[in-house]
Amino acid sequence: MFTYILYGLAVVGLAVSFFKDRQKTRAALIKAWKAFENILPQLLMIFLIIGFALAIFPPETIQKVLGSGSGFWGVLAAAAIGSVTLMPGFVAFPLAAALLKSGAGYMQMAAFISTLMMVGVVTIPIERKTFGLRATLTRNGAALLFSIAVAVVMGVVMA
Amino acid sequence: MSEQQTNMNPQGGMQGGQPGQPMPKRKSFLKRYGTFFILLAVGVAAGLIFPSIGQKALSNTLDNFKEMLSVLPPIFILLGLLDVWVDRTTMMKYTGKGSGIKGALIAFLLGSAAAGPLYAAFPFAAVMIKKGSSLMNVLIFIGAWSTTKIPLLAFEAASMGPVFMAARLGLNLIGIPLIAYLTDKSLGKAQIDEIYTLNDAERPQA
Repeated sequence: MFTYILYGLAVVGLAVSFFKDRQKTRAALIKAWKAFENILPQLLMIFLIIGFALAIFPPETIQKVLGSGSGFWGVLAAAAIGSVTLMPGFVAFPLAAALLKSGAGYMQMAAFISTLMMVGVVTIPIERKTFGLRATLTRNGAALLFSIAVAVVMGVVMA
Repeated sequence: MSEQQTNMNPQGGMQGGQPGQPMPKRKSFLKRYGTFFILLAVGVAAGLIFPSIGQKALSNTLDNFKEMLSVLPPIFILLGLLDVWVDRTTMMKYTGKGSGIKGALIAFLLGSAAAGPLYAAFPFAAVMIKKGSSLMNVLIFIGAWSTTKIPLLAFEAASMGPVFMAARLGLNLIGIPLIAYLTDKSLGKAQIDEIYTLNDAERPQA
């Protein structure tokens, strides 16, 4: 649904831009393509690696590690899994909800979701193209620690 | 980027633009995609030997690929339009150094209004840096994009419950600026220079 709004914005933007200045519109499209193509090789590799990793360690395995009895170690494991995985939101939330139903704890799920969204180990090669290595590592490290704190608080809130 | 200027005012190209150097050090196709094709070959082989894993891996990979194809086109088009139409002065005024709370808020809302995976935020951030946004604000933008995207919040409330979503959102409102601040402060002059170089940005006068 929201994606359609973005499409709408892009189409309207392009149309307005086209009427105002065709040259600039062409430049914008070339830039769009270049920015995309710049990250494409890494992206394709990441998709493949993650696809296989999640096939070898399916949700059922994740579930065993992250049960609500798994405590703080479960939180750390969830944070680690969330940090190194990459999945679209429309896959991640239903997965987390399903894990919850089958016995995973809220604390662990908060750690998983938070790191999944904020920490991206596999996308470090893409991130450092914009931010350099130091900022990339600091941001991811800080986000990891923050996610663990979030998990602990969420464990209390949802208890 | 130098080709942008020649594109924007074509008549100015004669007085000293450098028309012949669009991409500074562009690697060849094979160099850039070689590793991917090797991985792909290994993956296909593994998939043929272990069909059940191969099938799951394929469907996982396609999930991410589908998301990329469905969400990314408008994001990158908007990125292109932003790059071409919003000039440096405007961007600096609203999100540059000294834009204060308002700048941070704009960056936050820009990030939250996004849809799409975090990796798409980095090229966007690159344009912001190039146009003179402060690093702090760009990092706030990244934080918001990563975790307070409005469409995802609705989805989160639906699958995890509204309390879970609201509590996490509340924490993130503290965490995002905090992480941005820590990251910004961790950078020395050399790293900041590196970031400006990476994104073809002019250094702001200190």
